[in-house]
Amino acid sequence: MLVLLNRFFIVILIFLVPFSVFSEEKKIDLLETNWSFNGLFGTFDRASLQRGYQVYQEVCSGCHSVQHLSYRNLSEKGGPEFSIEEAKAFASQFEIEDGPNSEGEMFLRNAKLSDKFVKPYPNIEASTAANGGAYPPDMSVLAKARAGGVNYIYSLLLGYEEPPIDYKLDDGVYYNKYMPGNKIKMSEPISDGIVEYLDGTETTKEQIAKDVSTFLVWASEPHLESQHRMGFKVIIYLIILITLVYMSKQKVWSQFVTKKNEEEETFDKIEKVVTEYEGEDPKTFK
Amino acid sequence: MSEIKYIPKSKLAQWFDKRLPLLTLSHHLMEYPTPKNLNYWWTFGGILTFCLITQIVTGLVLAMHYVAHVDHAFESIEHIMRDVNYGWLIRYVHANGASMFFLAVYIHIFRSLFYGSYKEPREVIWIIGLLIYILMMATAFMGYVLPWGQMSFWGATVITNLFSAIPFIGESITTWLWGGYSVDNPTLNRFYSLHYLLPFLIFGLVVLHIWALHIPGNNNPVGIDVKKNSNETMPFHPYMVMKDLFALLLFITLFLWFVFFAPNALGHPDNYIEANPLVTPAHIVPEWYLLPFYAILRAIPSKLGGVIFMFAAIFILMLLPWLDTSKVRSAIFRPIYKKLFWLLVFVVILLGYLGAKPPEGIYLILSRLATAYYFIHFLLILPLLGRYEKTDPLPRSISDPVLDKPGMINKFKKVAVTYEGENASSFK
Repeated sequence: MLVLLNRFFIVILIFLVPFSVFSEEKKIDLLETNWSFNGLFGTFDRASLQRGYQVYQEVCSGCHSVQHLSYRNLSEKGGPEFSIEEAKAFASQFEIEDGPNSEGEMFLRNAKLSDKFVKPYPNIEASTAANGGAYPPDMSVLAKARAGGVNYIYSLLLGYEEPPIDYKLDDGVYYNKYMPGNKIKMSEPISDGIVEYLDGTETTKEQIAKDVSTFLVWASEPHLESQHRMGFKVIIYLIILITLVYMSKQKVWSQFVTKKNEEEETFDKIEKVVTEYEGEDPKTFK
Repeated sequence: MSEIKYIPKSKLAQWFDKRLPLLTLSHHLMEYPTPKNLNYWWTFGGILTFCLITQIVTGLVLAMHYVAHVDHAFESIEHIMRDVNYGWLIRYVHANGASMFFLAVYIHIFRSLFYGSYKEPREVIWIIGLLIYILMMATAFMGYVLPWGQMSFWGATVITNLFSAIPFIGESITTWLWGGYSVDNPTLNRFYSLHYLLPFLIFGLVVLHIWALHIPGNNNPVGIDVKKNSNETMPFHPYMVMKDLFALLLFITLFLWFVFFAPNALGHPDNYIEANPLVTPAHIVPEWYLLPFYAILRAIPSKLGGVIFMFAAIFILMLLPWLDTSKVRSAIFRPIYKKLFWLLVFVVILLGYLGAKPPEGIYLILSRLATAYYFIHFLLILPLLGRYEKTDPLPRSISDPVLDKPGMINKFKKVAVTYEGENASSFK
């Protein structure tokens, strides 16, 4: 019965393993670049974040909102770290509706640091209508909302290609290598030199994609730097604590181990007694 | 259970203890005799208690900032992540805490399966434990709905729709669960309310679970009864407390590694897209810890059948103490069961993998095979195995394996050889 079950077990294993390997889906590898924010000590590249904000404002913000960011975030630690004056200046370029005032009227005013990023469209329906029936997603948590994360965004921005021959595309639909299903309604958003960087960084397509992707990672995780910093401290603290607790545990248990040794001693004694009685008839020994 | 009666030292303490024996209780908890041969698989009870308390404490803080409304839920989560002081930390601990809770509970359950901890006289501990597990799944499912992302909404839709498979009254039950004709604001509100309530029910059951444990005492890796208050047991404090603490800290390190360095690795990216009833995600999948049951659900060709089998997969475990007819507890002494145990572990992990895949082609075939095996294991193999399996001889006490150290055996052999010459093997 044991042999039978053993065989049954092995047959099942042999049967299952190749299938699970065989059935892996074909995947396109995403583009990657050296992100500064990955890893244990990852921090954002400030200059890249600032450039990324510029790209967002000049290229993306016409259609995409970032509704969970506030203008004050731009000057906060761990982000692009613009000066407060710069952040105020950025905010004041936008008008928002406030109110009602004491007369009960709604009014327009310039945005302040405490305001959320102004949205390009008042609602999803308006943005869908204005973009050929495809809603440009809010980008606040986009880097966390796509499989592949930032690499996916980076790849998508650089993934526009001529469609293969015989591939039918409707008007207003574009071919993108990395988009699931390859059809995307957003036209290629970035190209070489589409923005002009103030710090003189070269404006290649790859550089622009990298900067705006970095900005979007920060937008979705504004506390990433303090998260990494705290995480490192916590792990170090735990390692020290674990060492101490382990030593205390060993100390406490050593009393028990001594008891075990006592048992061993008892058997040593038995052995001694046994040796002493050597030569006598073993059957009389109890 | 014969324990030395505890009498507090001071008069005041005696007065109080006579009226409410809290001091006796704490004395009992500290002196509670535990088998000395417990291994690290036995530390997960303490780890699970820690998980529950962590979830309750972090959940309490999150509830202060969360808004249970379809228009504001997603936004309020982002508010917690961005504007609440250390809100990101509290939320990531809570979200990953759920995964860690299930990781620990699965290890705890499989430990019980391996060492036969569910057998007589511990059936009630086992059943209470399963009730805790069922409540945990309900709580986790409802908690996953609260951020009101795409997976929240569609997960809730799929799971609540299961009840519509019940003949005649199914549709009405689903409507009653939803509080309307689809998953909407009333659903979110009641899920929030229940998500807050259930952890306290779990807490109550945990108290019963531990109480029930303290009647017969711990099982142990050898699976034979220990003599209480002998040199086979040691007081819970400080021995087990220190060992549990050490294991707990290792577990916390893994836990916090996820929190700080891969907080979203165990979640689904689609849940960062706000719920949209008009857009169905390409693949609707539950959280990883529910995937084996999801695979069973989809393996059965009929909807009602799938629901029945899915619930049966859980409730069958309640009957386990009676399905497993073997008198030997620990798999150490059951050579065939030991192999089948690992096969079951493999099958459950396979089901989890299949639950994440679309139910088509080879995935569906494998799901069906694995589902069939899962039930065969419990309904057919275990009852028969107990009857026909030839188990290895059990030691007379848990001290025997301790003496099985090579040095001891050699000493015995030496003595034996001295006495009986070549017939050393007959020496016991």
